[in-house]
Amino acid sequence: MSPHVDLTRVRPGDTLPEVAETIERLDLIRYAGASGDFNPIHWSDEIARAVGLPGVIAHGMYSMAVAARMVTGWAGDPAAVKRLKVRFSAMIEPGQTLTAKGEVAEVDGSRVLVRFHAEDEKGEKVLNKGEAELEL
Amino acid sequence: MALNQALVGKSYPAVRYEVGREKLREFAVAIGETDPIYHDEAAARAAGHPDLPAVPTFAVVLSLRAGQVVYGDPELGLDYSRVVHGEQEFVHHRPIRAGDRLLAAGKVAAASAKGPHELLTLETEITTEAGEPVCTVRATLLSRGTAPPRRSGT
Repeated sequence: MSPHVDLTRVRPGDTLPEVAETIERLDLIRYAGASGDFNPIHWSDEIARAVGLPGVIAHGMYSMAVAARMVTGWAGDPAAVKRLKVRFSAMIEPGQTLTAKGEVAEVDGSRVLVRFHAEDEKGEKVLNKGEAELEL
Repeated sequence: MALNQALVGKSYPAVRYEVGREKLREFAVAIGETDPIYHDEAAARAAGHPDLPAVPTFAVVLSLRAGQVVYGDPELGLDYSRVVHGEQEFVHHRPIRAGDRLLAAGKVAAASAKGPHELLTLETEITTEAGEPVCTVRATLLSRGTAPPRRSGT
């Protein structure tokens, strides 16, 4: 396990270790099965194109889960996460790499607010305005 | 077909969900989470968890189950193939863990037009069977191209 954050040293502006994941079609099929989200735009190019998409796109919740890994990996404890929020701002297709980036925005006693986003290889934000409230 | 905005505020019957260890492991694998606390009971206990904990976005599984009840309401008029995800929020009152027997009740929290599209917010309240609050999940969906044509003067 990676070393976790030391509360006494958390300061606004601290950056979280990035998490990057190259998204394969199999990841989306596996996520569909695990989550129960079988929306065909995540596994059928034909149906995705019929509704005006370029082809299969990743579940927004898959991208959010990857970003949440960054937060829990840094905090070391899923129980520390009291609130987690994102806006889905762009699509990401299989074959692309998603990178989650975050930094400490506020520290108030044991409460910490992390702001984060996740971007594709071109730097376009796939997840935007991410917020994680933690009790460390 | 446009969404029926008259359903804002409508609550739906709760679905039951029993949290199994293998399901938590399966979900952790699916999101690429390799930390042993999500896979190994001894590691979870050593980290202070009574049993395997869920990752923070696992609650979406229950939210989707509750959502199926809401989206399946023919009065709502939602075409799920037109849906893309707009926003997602989890408010965790306490962690979900293996062995939990939970209830997840969906509610149409908001519905509105946004240009040619429509926004629908589903709120799912997750509690234990005994009524202990566990998680509040808010999902805002974008229904592409379903907004009714705008009339002048409205």
